[in-house]
Amino acid sequence: MLFDRLGSAPRLSDHAATDAAGPAVPDLSRRRFLLAAAAIGGGLAVGFRAAPAEAAATAAPAAAATNPFAAYLRIAPDNTVTVLSAHMDMGQGIYHGTATLVAEELGAAWEQMRAEGGWGNPKLYGNLAWGGTMQGTGGSSGTFSSFDRYRQAGAAARMMLVAAAAKAWSVPAAEIKVDKGVVSHASGRKASFGDLAAAAAAMPVPADVTLKASDAWTLIGNETLPRIDSREKSTGRQTFTIDVKLPGLLTAVMIHPPVFGAKVKSFDAAKAKAIKGVVDVVAIHRGVAVVADTMWSALKGREAVTVVWDETGAETRSTAEIMASYRELAAKPGATVAENRGDVDGAFAGAAKVIEARYEFPYLAHAALEPLNAVARRNADGTIEIWGGHQMPDLYQMIAAKVADTTPDKIVLHVMKTGGGFGRRAVFDADVVAEAVAVGRAIGWKAPVKVQWTREDDMRGGRYRPAYVHALKAGLDKDGRIVAWSNRIVGQSIMKGTAFEAMVTNGVDPTSVEGSAHLPYAMPNRRVELTTTDVGVPVLWWRAVGSTHTAYAVETFLDELAAAAGRDPVEFRLDMLQGSPRHAAVLKMAAEKAGWGAPLPAGRFRGVAVAESFGTVVAQVAELTVGKAGAIKVERVVCAVDCGTAVNPDMIRAQIEGGIGFGLGAILKSKLTLDKGRVVEGNFDGYEVLRIEDMPKVEVHILASNAKPTGVGEPGVPPIGPAVANAYAKATGKRIRALPFAQSLNT
Amino acid sequence: MQVLTINGQRRELDVDPDMPLLWAIRDVLELTGTKFGCGQALCGACTVMVDGMPARSCQTSVGDAAGKPIVTIEGVDGKVAQAVQAAWIKLDVPQCGYCQSGQIISAVGLLSQNRKPNDDEIDAAMSGNLCRCATYHRIRGAIHEAARMLEA
Ligand code: FES
Ligand code: FES
Repeated sequence: MLFDRLGSAPRLSDHAATDAAGPAVPDLSRRRFLLAAAAIGGGLAVGFRAAPAEAAATAAPAAAATNPFAAYLRIAPDNTVTVLSAHMDMGQGIYHGTATLVAEELGAAWEQMRAEGGWGNPKLYGNLAWGGTMQGTGGSSGTFSSFDRYRQAGAAARMMLVAAAAKAWSVPAAEIKVDKGVVSHASGRKASFGDLAAAAAAMPVPADVTLKASDAWTLIGNETLPRIDSREKSTGRQTFTIDVKLPGLLTAVMIHPPVFGAKVKSFDAAKAKAIKGVVDVVAIHRGVAVVADTMWSALKGREAVTVVWDETGAETRSTAEIMASYRELAAKPGATVAENRGDVDGAFAGAAKVIEARYEFPYLAHAALEPLNAVARRNADGTIEIWGGHQMPDLYQMIAAKVADTTPDKIVLHVMKTGGGFGRRAVFDADVVAEAVAVGRAIGWKAPVKVQWTREDDMRGGRYRPAYVHALKAGLDKDGRIVAWSNRIVGQSIMKGTAFEAMVTNGVDPTSVEGSAHLPYAMPNRRVELTTTDVGVPVLWWRAVGSTHTAYAVETFLDELAAAAGRDPVEFRLDMLQGSPRHAAVLKMAAEKAGWGAPLPAGRFRGVAVAESFGTVVAQVAELTVGKAGAIKVERVVCAVDCGTAVNPDMIRAQIEGGIGFGLGAILKSKLTLDKGRVVEGNFDGYEVLRIEDMPKVEVHILASNAKPTGVGEPGVPPIGPAVANAYAKATGKRIRALPFAQSLNT
Repeated sequence: MQVLTINGQRRELDVDPDMPLLWAIRDVLELTGTKFGCGQALCGACTVMVDGMPARSCQTSVGDAAGKPIVTIEGVDGKVAQAVQAAWIKLDVPQCGYCQSGQIISAVGLLSQNRKPNDDEIDAAMSGNLCRCATYHRIRGAIHEAARMLEA
């Protein structure tokens, strides 16, 4: 059985993490576990033939010697240039980014650029932040992975266009110029890319390309480049998986188990099948599917189906019970140690003052606005096409082949843009993609089928940000310096028991402790312990992953310590950041731009936080007011970002603005609750997220840098929670230690 | 047989009158610019104009919409809509874009009633439209920008 195979992953001891994600290394944790997935790919005898380390070393030069027209871009006779992005676009703007990189070196006019998802060549699309053997989107790595590869592709394509023109015009290539999409020679000869495309693709591929120096860039770093897909997305013309139109397409809705781990015992579909428009009702590995002509018929059919479930072994605890057990565990030494430096116990014994605090974080749903979906069709030649938000396409290809009982070469994926994602479309078992294939197969492939989840299916379908409890304890000396630091973390592992298990090292899942272990602050004696719990609720990475909880605990606790030491929170941090210049620089910049220390209007209060995630360092200063009824309004957030070279400054701002809104909604309002194993919240009434009236004004300042670009999709999220909590403490003297705020304020 | 007037066209549909307008628009008329996000009038992704006012098509039945002019993102037109869409593009509002058809219809509804809304009025009018990418900051800016364009 497929899922057993995936579960028994070979351990990649040579490449596995020996430590949790450390500071200043881009997306280390995700890079490593996806290498493990690559090895599993080998185990299934498809793809990923190169050893990961070898591929990482060779992938970048290979891109330069690759015919760019075979993988990275297409030039059509109508003169459009379409970039094939190795990374899926869920709104983060990576298509815009890869198009920028290609256009810069190609010498294209921005207006002729297009972009779509590329797929089907792990060697050429493999994520370079993950070792280069497997294609995937995540860990805010898209720009990092694409920066050299897509510029090289653009440069090679330009040289091939020039070579084609030189041949056609019988002039030396060195005399030919390329500018804004026009290839020209002093003799007055001119051609468009479209004119030369066919001849260019057949030119020898340059073995070596020289990239422009950064001071010659006109598109990279350009503040005014219009986003490549704003027009489609402002006119309703952008198509998503939910919009795929195929002749005879049927729509299926799923009936999933009411508790995680339950299985279908039996079902009765007689009544449902009598409903107009219902075509079939079938059981698959993940539940029961109602297949119909339209979504409405499928939904009506679903109401008429009764399913008897086998709940043996299912998770039937409530979140209250789970959290109570976490609190108990957090009172005891951790089962594993993620970091241990200096003499922590000795330092506590000698401390002048010891402060402790416990933090609680709920399960969170991703709740992207497009509920999960996928479309599958089998063609006469036996190929199976699947449209979806294929965030880990090579893995999905393998899984789809197994589910369809065919070989991977028969699977053809169409990588669709998705209506958000936030991590939810990178799943170990390809959930909804596998469902579409399984339903297609179960109905004998008589028609193409779209599996469409409702909001409730999406909310209750599992794969949440895990719930956690943190116990923090610090010792201060008589001068208010931190001499001892201890952080105990209790919660589920995202990777344990999955295809990525090999990344769990010495019992420590790096995604549980990133942002807690290896802090940038100078603290000589520190210990981070982890107790990984066994709960049957499926969990997953959720925008910014571990740092969504670790940064909150660390940065609010630090604020508390600064207050106890009688120190300004910015100064307190800067004292400890002398060995971490990037962190110090963003913190200083955010403080300065926010007017830190300057008086505020009456009733307004500031808080600050800084956090690194995925190689990017972000500091935020939040300003809030507290209304008469205790209602919090975050008025303004000033943010400083160091993400290396800013390829698309306005896209960086957009991602940070979005990250702030996403994170703010979660800390103020969101929580997912289980009642005897059943998810209580089903829609946006119970599971509240940020609405426009809660969105602050946001200012994003980007540090000038020539370093290689790091990610921005996720790193805007971690600092907002602690910055707001610290401002709230300043306003009220109260520390919010159990999220969301709404819950703490009501109890 | 139900008769809808949609984007200025008369369309006959062989569906039950209780079918939500959303699914008639998307699955039967195949106008997919209007999105499904919650099905419960909680997110605004399905917003269309019915009789000149923004309405959640997931909670409006085909029977109730029959006989009233319906405008979807595909058919939205006129000075206000053009200004809103131009402002949206100018400020690069969309991220994933999934909520934006609904946002734009709601913004057109607002500016049709109030040519110069302030931030609070924008927040009140747009509160029913969720954006999980949190483009709210730019939505506010784009509505102000559209108001300026309409004034000029
Ligand atoms: S789908 Fe109608 S309001 Fe959400
Ligand atoms: S742009 Fe993604 S939900 Fe609004």
